[in-house]
Amino acid sequence: MRKAISLSVGACLPLLAACNQHQSTLAPFGEEADKVLSITIVLVIGAIILAGGLALLMRHAMRAPEGDLTHKGGMKLVLWLGGIGPSIILLALLLYALPAMRPREVANSDLRIGVEGEQFWWRVRYAPPGGSVVEGANELRLPVGRTVELSLRSPDVIHSFWVPGLAGKMDMIPGRTNRLVVRATKAGTYRGVCAEFCGLGHALMAFDVIAMEPPAFERWLAAQRQPAVVTASPGARAFASYGCSGCHSVRGVGPVAKIGPDLTHFGSRPTLAAGILPMTKANIAGFVRDPAKTKPGVRMPAFPQMSAAEADQIASYLQGLK
Amino acid sequence: MTTESAQYVAPDQNDPAVRKGQEDRLREVWKPPSGWFFRWTDVNNNRIGVWYTLTAFGFMLFAGVLALIMRTQLAVPNNDLVTANTFNQLFTLHGSMMMFLFAVPMFEAVSIILLPQLLGARDLPFPRLSGFGYWSFLIGGVFVSGSIFFDAAPDGGWFMYPPLTTRTDLSGLGADIWMLGLSFIEVSSVAAAVELIVGVLKCRPPGMRLNLMPLYAWYILVVAVMILFAFPPLIAGDVLFEMERLLNWPFFNAEKGGDPLLWQHLFWIFGHPEVYIVFLPSIALFAMLIPTFAQRHLLGYPWIVLAAVGTAFLSFGLWVHHMFTTGLPKISLAFFAAASEAVAIPTGVQIFVFIATLWAGNVKKSTPLLYASGSLAVFVIGGLTGVMVAVAPFDWQAHDTYFIVAHLHYVLIGGTLLPLFAGLYYYWPLITGKKLSDKLGRIAFWIMFVGMNLTFFPMHLSGLLGMPRRVFTYPEELGIGGLNLASTAGSYMFATGVLIVCIDLALSPRRPKAPRNPWNAGTLEWLAHPDDEDWGIRSVPLIESRYPIWDQKNFVQKVDEGRFFLPDAEEMRRESIITTVLDARPLQVIRLGTPSVKPMMTAVALAGVFILTTYHLYIWSAVSGVATLACVLWWLWTGTAEIPEKPTKHIGHGIEVPLYTSGPSAPGWWAMFITMMADATAFSGLVFGYFFFWTIHNDFPPTGAGLNGPGVFWPMVALALTLAGWAATVGAREVHRRGNVGAGRALLVVGIVATLASLFAGLAGPWYSGLDPELHVYPAIVWTLAIWTAVHAAIGVIMQAYTLARSLAGKMTPVYDADLRNITVYHHFLALTGIVTFCTIGLFPGVA
Repeated sequence: MRKAISLSVGACLPLLAACNQHQSTLAPFGEEADKVLSITIVLVIGAIILAGGLALLMRHAMRAPEGDLTHKGGMKLVLWLGGIGPSIILLALLLYALPAMRPREVANSDLRIGVEGEQFWWRVRYAPPGGSVVEGANELRLPVGRTVELSLRSPDVIHSFWVPGLAGKMDMIPGRTNRLVVRATKAGTYRGVCAEFCGLGHALMAFDVIAMEPPAFERWLAAQRQPAVVTASPGARAFASYGCSGCHSVRGVGPVAKIGPDLTHFGSRPTLAAGILPMTKANIAGFVRDPAKTKPGVRMPAFPQMSAAEADQIASYLQGLK
Repeated sequence: MTTESAQYVAPDQNDPAVRKGQEDRLREVWKPPSGWFFRWTDVNNNRIGVWYTLTAFGFMLFAGVLALIMRTQLAVPNNDLVTANTFNQLFTLHGSMMMFLFAVPMFEAVSIILLPQLLGARDLPFPRLSGFGYWSFLIGGVFVSGSIFFDAAPDGGWFMYPPLTTRTDLSGLGADIWMLGLSFIEVSSVAAAVELIVGVLKCRPPGMRLNLMPLYAWYILVVAVMILFAFPPLIAGDVLFEMERLLNWPFFNAEKGGDPLLWQHLFWIFGHPEVYIVFLPSIALFAMLIPTFAQRHLLGYPWIVLAAVGTAFLSFGLWVHHMFTTGLPKISLAFFAAASEAVAIPTGVQIFVFIATLWAGNVKKSTPLLYASGSLAVFVIGGLTGVMVAVAPFDWQAHDTYFIVAHLHYVLIGGTLLPLFAGLYYYWPLITGKKLSDKLGRIAFWIMFVGMNLTFFPMHLSGLLGMPRRVFTYPEELGIGGLNLASTAGSYMFATGVLIVCIDLALSPRRPKAPRNPWNAGTLEWLAHPDDEDWGIRSVPLIESRYPIWDQKNFVQKVDEGRFFLPDAEEMRRESIITTVLDARPLQVIRLGTPSVKPMMTAVALAGVFILTTYHLYIWSAVSGVATLACVLWWLWTGTAEIPEKPTKHIGHGIEVPLYTSGPSAPGWWAMFITMMADATAFSGLVFGYFFFWTIHNDFPPTGAGLNGPGVFWPMVALALTLAGWAATVGAREVHRRGNVGAGRALLVVGIVATLASLFAGLAGPWYSGLDPELHVYPAIVWTLAIWTAVHAAIGVIMQAYTLARSLAGKMTPVYDADLRNITVYHHFLALTGIVTFCTIGLFPGVA
């Protein structure tokens, strides 16, 4: 039944078919978003029926001759259609939606991921049961079919964690830890964004979400746990001499720095600058020299004294951090 | 009294010469001031109301242009017409202006014009307060909106969530401009609300019992009461907010025990009723207009009144639905989801009352009715999406996306803007004596209607397709470029419609006068004559029906011939009748304020306090504060509680009423009481803050250097002194009333000393215990409560001293004692504030 409705909605709005499948509440890849989509369809159909009914009634009321409705009849109309009818519909709606408000149960053996929203990027910490914590940034990987508890925090201002295809959004509020329990159902690459206005770069604060089959996810996590494999190169030297490691960690190479995103496996991410640029060498080089040009409000300073050649070297170095 | 009654001969209203004499006197008394400057000192509701309306309309057009710039930026993906910085200022100012400088003031402005006419009164009870409200609004509005020309406009969103907006390293002057500029306007909004409430309760014509009141007056009452209770929590929030920004007191700073969520609670306790504050007046307008075009009484008058009151109550219990994604406990989500859905029920009742009335009546098609039905259609769509977002799980997806942008614009355009145009086309003949063009009106309507739907309908989809709000750009891969282009095209279409309305308005002066009561309406305001006189109504009628023009025999003629009450201005004073609250029996004739420069000067001085503080010019701001106080005292001393030349006056039909009353029958007493209700609400916002922090901390109060205090001793001393000051004031009122003026003065002196001492004792607790408000939220909130109470004590002392001075100057006697009666009301509230403050800060730590 739901498929039929979805199909007919899709047929009515050919525009929709052309729309994105990676950042849409209408293209769910998680159980929570799926549940909400069912509710959405019921709500939309209900709203259309009510709006249509009201329009017909209004049309009739405007055209009816004087005295077509008696005073007593009018009072009944107000009572039944204005008072009792809506009360019944709304009560039914509340009871229908209540179960969806209950969060999924979490077991001790489930994967926990801490996500921190910061102006204007995402710090992601994987804490698998029994394993050590692995830090990444601007990319969230999830094992398909497994329950995952996300702990959402913020060290600066309020952000909101929103992956439309996965689940509803949840705010990240300084001083508080909010939990969001999700389960991805379909492997693929998706996108999440910040949904609470958080300053100049708010519109450019996104991240990739990659849902993977559990074995692939385990392999990936194991690889992420490894330090970076680095050979001496001009890029590595430039990276050090421009003081990049003062903010960015490249585990196994420089000191531990917690200000900016961890770059240990930077080259393995699909996008750059919190989900806004494809991971190409030219994009990296451009961003390193003048980050605010593509991302207003970014905390990283510009390096106007850096030559194009040096930027290219740094880009090659970073791209090599797989 | 009896001797004068015996001599009194009622004027013969059959004699045209007598009527002419009365009219000449009324005309002379109500003559507006002239001169290039002095014409702006007018306080008559007809003029103030029109200025107010035009100013609010101007702000609406300005905010609309800001929206057009935003829509142009968003027309295509990755556009770079404006920078992120400019865009953030645009949407912040658009939202803030539409809410604070258009929707709420527009309701108040229209009500200032209409209320006296609806009630057959000559003016509002406090004309000079209207003037003060208008000038405050104008100055504050220009200050806030003008900031965008200096690239200094607020850029934190109209909701101003901390810590983004409280951290001075993350947000600049704009945040202060928002907080202080709009606080100033909130003060003027509350002032207007006080005046409207007193107007509805005390200025009705004889016979107009509560259940005969025109529905618009009912809605004014409901909405003004909502303003009274909704704005103060925001004002309390503003106080905390500026304390954090200017003094570094960490109310919203999580590192020092604060919590950003407190602001969200205070903001939305204001913000949600606000939605109904701007929507209910439109329902009120429909309730006036639909009976006219159905040519019958509104069906279900008690239903709609109850529905309005019900909506007002419920609207204060739904604020959390703006916070569904903040991670609150699930049980409170379920509760607030239920309450949010429930508010649809009274709304449904109101809409069906209109449908039933149209169905039962003989519908006359007209431009105002076209606007009204069109806006109902738009509003219903907004209401249905409102029910959708009340369902918490759906809201988790829709919240902060373009779906909400669509929803709120359907609600506000259908619930505020289009009804305003309906009202414009309906009431234009009442205000100018001329009709607007039906043809242009209809063309404009259809262009706006189509444009509005083209703009906002696609936004439902762009939101569900992943477009968050408040983004200055979006990537192409999202596939929402087409939807956004449609929205942009629609917005220009909508603007074209608004432009046509403006052209229609501009052409109005060249059109001929319309006949009187052109729509054949039945309610009192349509007594207005196209060649209107400034006196408002020729004589104040006796009301026996909800639709007197339809139902009462020879009604218009009897009013015009001065056959009802108060047809004259024998003593050459502006006068109006005050009646009882429930059944509108005549109680008093009040003398109204005349044109004066004082309200304007007070507004300018008070604006100085807020604006100079924004730029951290604290000394000048203090100077401005002293100037404000001086203006207010001068205004009160010279214009209020004047002892009349004779105790009573005949108002016709053998009724003789006093010219001066004090205590609960006087409008001034009511104004004080209502103002203090608002003040107490703001105070409870601060107290809520104290206990909110207690609930989120395990160790509250905390321990450590600078955190221990204020102890029990000083708060209890302060409490005792506050109560002593209160008792002395009440005692002064009692002995003074019994004729013992000397004892009354002596008790006032005791009151002054005790209240002044309570001020210092209240501050001594936190001072001597060394509470450091920058260290942690606990000392900060204790200091805030202590300072709030101290400031109120200081005002209380000024009031006591003022009253003493009035007595010494012979301006107050045991019979004419309004000043003393009114300040006693203030001191009741001051005592309550003292009890709550000192018990909370002094005793609660012992039991917590």
